[in-house]
Amino acid sequence: MALLEVSNLGIAFGGLQAVSQLDMTIEKGHLYGLIGPNGAGKTTVFNMLTGVYRPTEGNIVLDGKDITGKSPEAISKAGIARTFQNIRLFNEMSVLDNVKVGMHNQVTYGMWTGILRLPAYREKEHEMNRRARNLLKIFDLDEQADLKASQLPYGKQRKLEIARALATNPKLLLLDEPAAGMNPNETEELMQTVRSVRDQFGIAILLIEHDMNFVMGICEEITVLDYGRMIARGDGKAIRNNPKVIAAYLGGD
Amino acid sequence: MQFLSYLISGISLGSVYALIALGYTMVYGIAKMLNFAHGDIIMIGSYVIFFAFGSFGLNPILSVVLSMVVCTILGVTIERVAYRPLREAPSLAVLITAIGVSYLLQQVAQLLWSANPKSFQSIVAGVGLQPLVLFDGQLTISAEAIVTILACIVIMVALTAFVNHTVPGHAMLAVSEDRGAAQLMGVNVNGTIALTFAIGSALAAVAGALLCSSYPTLSPTTGAMPGIKAFVAAVFGGIGSIPGAFLGGVLLGVIENLSKAYISTQLSDAIVFLVLIVVLVVKPTGLLGKKVNVKV
Repeated sequence: MALLEVSNLGIAFGGLQAVSQLDMTIEKGHLYGLIGPNGAGKTTVFNMLTGVYRPTEGNIVLDGKDITGKSPEAISKAGIARTFQNIRLFNEMSVLDNVKVGMHNQVTYGMWTGILRLPAYREKEHEMNRRARNLLKIFDLDEQADLKASQLPYGKQRKLEIARALATNPKLLLLDEPAAGMNPNETEELMQTVRSVRDQFGIAILLIEHDMNFVMGICEEITVLDYGRMIARGDGKAIRNNPKVIAAYLGGD
Repeated sequence: MQFLSYLISGISLGSVYALIALGYTMVYGIAKMLNFAHGDIIMIGSYVIFFAFGSFGLNPILSVVLSMVVCTILGVTIERVAYRPLREAPSLAVLITAIGVSYLLQQVAQLLWSANPKSFQSIVAGVGLQPLVLFDGQLTISAEAIVTILACIVIMVALTAFVNHTVPGHAMLAVSEDRGAAQLMGVNVNGTIALTFAIGSALAAVAGALLCSSYPTLSPTTGAMPGIKAFVAAVFGGIGSIPGAFLGGVLLGVIENLSKAYISTQLSDAIVFLVLIVVLVVKPTGLLGKKVNVKV
């Protein structure tokens, strides 16, 4: 059974049908791309998958569980994590604490255990710190663990967002324009990182990206949206040569 | 010596403001709303102590604990019933609701216990603490002042540690910075906001006990003025900042007391608010407030 099954998904804002009749199947351990011209509804799809928007039609089933219209925190718990088009880190918190917030749903100790620093608290804090530092290491951020998130350079902030999302222990990771604003070197490095995340964590990744080299370079299957509808699906080569996709990007009919 | 005595009672009054200001500042920082009913929770808490300790002779410390429990339940209930349904509403709607809740609490208190002021028995004296006499009787520090200042310091330290070093504390920081992102990282936003109200209300109960022990009259409007001054203290120190609430509260108490002593009793409130205006003109984010740059 597929990890994520999206069927007939759609959302309307008042009279505006932003996304309609979207079907999508995501398998464990694969890399998927979601592309399309500006305003095609890509981020809207992410927002429906993560519970920020409630779809007006269709179903989202994750790992056999229907999560359509659930709250963002419930969906995070169910196993979907994401990053944002505009970086949304907790700027005033340390790099390490940003990652630890991501582990929030997995650690439970009571308020008093925390205030009184009971042994259970120390043990769990220790375990969290260890896991958080391991994650930071993967993204080459371990040396900046105690800096404030806002003090990191732009490329590292993007990486920290991915690390924070992974801390929630997701089955599916959604990356919203991970390479936006990066130079070619950083983009190249990010491609390596995304691949190694998929391999190390064995999770599925769905990403939105405008950098076609990036998308074509790492995605095994690409879905193209235009005006909220899927117009094509396939591997990089098929998409590149699809006349509908070319028309959507370059205009014409 | 006289000055020292005024200063200490100012710090003690300021500590009460600081405790109340913590409730304002935490709720503002995390839920982004001004809970104007906060002062009236203090009043309810004080009535609980008045009846438990004053009328039924319950142990003074148990009375304070009981009052904390009642206030916590009250605060969380108000949040659940009055504020949570308005989570996505414009902030003006929430503000008006908070003012409504404030009047509701005052009127209910008046209905139940009448508008006549009651004379409050000091719980500090109830525990049996004596005033501290120094310098051959030249300086007397009331036990209430000592307990108030100590309680405020202990609570500040504990709260700072809680926020910075525990998982629920981190959740509070995360929600205060970006509620949406926090929720998407699995943080239970409603639970975190409820916890904030619970802590703020429990502190309000402590503040009420200490306030009424030092200024022993209790009426349904007892919480209103300290509530407003604590709000001023929170803004003064930089709203949203825990150390700011402490600093703002203590400074406000000291300014108020010294101007009462040396300038004019009638003018003391005017002076307090004048200082607030000057601070806000010079530093609009308050003493410890952070400057937020909005990117365009």
